[in-house]
Amino acid sequence: MNAHLLAGPILLPLAAAALQLLLGERRRGAASALGALSCLGLLGFALALLAVVGDGTTLVYRIGGWPARFGIVLVADRLSALMLLLTAVLALALLPVVLGRWRRPGSALQPLAQFLLMGLNGTFLTGDLFNLFVFFEVLLAASYGLALHHPSAQRVGAGLHYIAINLLASLLFLVGVSLIFGVTGTLNMAALAQLVPQVPANTRALLHAGAAILGVAFLVKAAMWPLGFWLPRSYAAAPSAVAAMFAVMTKVGVYVLLRLSLLLFGAGAGAASAGFGSGWLLWGGAATVATGVAGMLGARELSRLAGYNVLVSSGSLLGAIGVGQPAVIAGALAYLVVSTLAVAAFFLLAGLIAPRDDAEEAPLLEAYDPGGLALYADEDESQPTQPAPVRLLAGGFFIAALLLAGLPPLSGFLAKFALLAPLVGAGAEAMMLFALIVAGGLGTVVAMCRVGIQVFWEDDWVFPPIHNGAVASVAILLGLCLLLTVLGEAPMRYLQATAAQLHWPDGYIRVVLP
Amino acid sequence: MELVLALAIGVLGGSGVWLLLRPRTFQVVMGLTLLSYAVNLFIFCVGGLRLGADPVLREGAGLIEYADPLPQALVLTAIVIGFATTALFLVVLLASRGFTGSDHVDGKDGAP
Repeated sequence: MNAHLLAGPILLPLAAAALQLLLGERRRGAASALGALSCLGLLGFALALLAVVGDGTTLVYRIGGWPARFGIVLVADRLSALMLLLTAVLALALLPVVLGRWRRPGSALQPLAQFLLMGLNGTFLTGDLFNLFVFFEVLLAASYGLALHHPSAQRVGAGLHYIAINLLASLLFLVGVSLIFGVTGTLNMAALAQLVPQVPANTRALLHAGAAILGVAFLVKAAMWPLGFWLPRSYAAAPSAVAAMFAVMTKVGVYVLLRLSLLLFGAGAGAASAGFGSGWLLWGGAATVATGVAGMLGARELSRLAGYNVLVSSGSLLGAIGVGQPAVIAGALAYLVVSTLAVAAFFLLAGLIAPRDDAEEAPLLEAYDPGGLALYADEDESQPTQPAPVRLLAGGFFIAALLLAGLPPLSGFLAKFALLAPLVGAGAEAMMLFALIVAGGLGTVVAMCRVGIQVFWEDDWVFPPIHNGAVASVAILLGLCLLLTVLGEAPMRYLQATAAQLHWPDGYIRVVLP
Repeated sequence: MELVLALAIGVLGGSGVWLLLRPRTFQVVMGLTLLSYAVNLFIFCVGGLRLGADPVLREGAGLIEYADPLPQALVLTAIVIGFATTALFLVVLLASRGFTGSDHVDGKDGAP
């Protein structure tokens, strides 16, 4: 009976989206209620799954009762449940801004958001590579629609590039999948993990080529340098709530890489294949962190700065996957959760502080000029006249900056510490990543200070009217991060168990292929 | 037959990449289309090329005599998805043309 839980997170948003399309424009209240119910239901499913897989069980749902080698399977272990929970929580937290702000007629925003959730959940649950492709396409197709919501010239221009690069990545995905199929004759992940050590030496290179091409497709989504230049522009051009939801989409690429690299190319894959690609991930992740920090320091638009924050976070994660030890992975998962929530909040804050309208450009930060006066506001100038909403924004910005930079005492620091501490003593390359992530934190602090000074301390920044829904969403997201600070211990234990489970692929294989 | 198929995939893929790198949106669409043809052919042939293999069950034939059905299923899915995304891309292309009045991928000609 438990196994049927796995179909829920995919079917529920599908049904909700279909019903919302049927309800259409005239009964918008009902459609909104349906969306809210679906998000609540997803949270319920995720919590129920978490309760079941929390003790280390791996759940398998065989569609139609076919054995895994022939049929389609959905698999949930601790990592899948964690990602489902993160997605559901993010969707729920973004409900106020979606419901409160976007009531323009003619927008299919809500059904598209539900399809996006369906694609995300499917990606986290699927047990074979081809359905991974299908769910990827579902979530990408929904994301195209969301990114182009209420189109303007800028948005369409950025969307054009976004779609083109993702279509190309999908084609690479197909090439990789078919190469792997050609070598092994199966696409089921568990069966692949069994077959990889037995692949004959003369076709192993082909298998590696297929895996590498597949990896490139995911690295485009995870925005690794030099495949990630599309990200800041596309995310900055998208509506802020959509960009906040997209914060979890780069993590999809990271999730798949984590899953596949440990399942197919873990320690049990034989001497020729174990650890395949980890060096690329490590150095690519390091380059991504460097690019992200440089971009953050140079960015003049807040939403683009948030986009570079995404790069820093996914770069750190990719590097950590490249190192690949259980303790590092546990820390990386903690960092994944906190940085996703914090980046989502920051995208919303960027939308509140410097919104992009169709008519006018978003206000820009001043150009970077170390000798100029722009960086130095008068210190003794007090502004008791700042209205309460601005002070609220400033408080939210401060918390988000602390979380993103990983400064104590908030959960951003705890997560970053959990990621960094095991890197010490894991070899010279890991030390390089350690130094780079610490330097990245410093760069984040500098960039955030620059924004804070120019936006909140100088009196010529024009604040747009505050949207209550967006403020509520930011409050929920930051509140969750604060809650994680207090809870600290129990989630960390779960994440350590998750990392241990990922490093023991036999458990996964044995359940899927009994 | 292997040579013909390999050449076809290579020519389609090469033309696709070249067109994809061109500055006009229509060329990009055509490039993506050609590339997806190349990929579809590629998927189709990873199952192994056979002449005269049975596509459906026949009385008394062994498994070895059948064409591999899985690549065919994969290619069908890939065709459907590729078709849909290309259609969507065309809509965005037209929207971009409407907003900017230019069919350049950046919305304006970069020539100085």
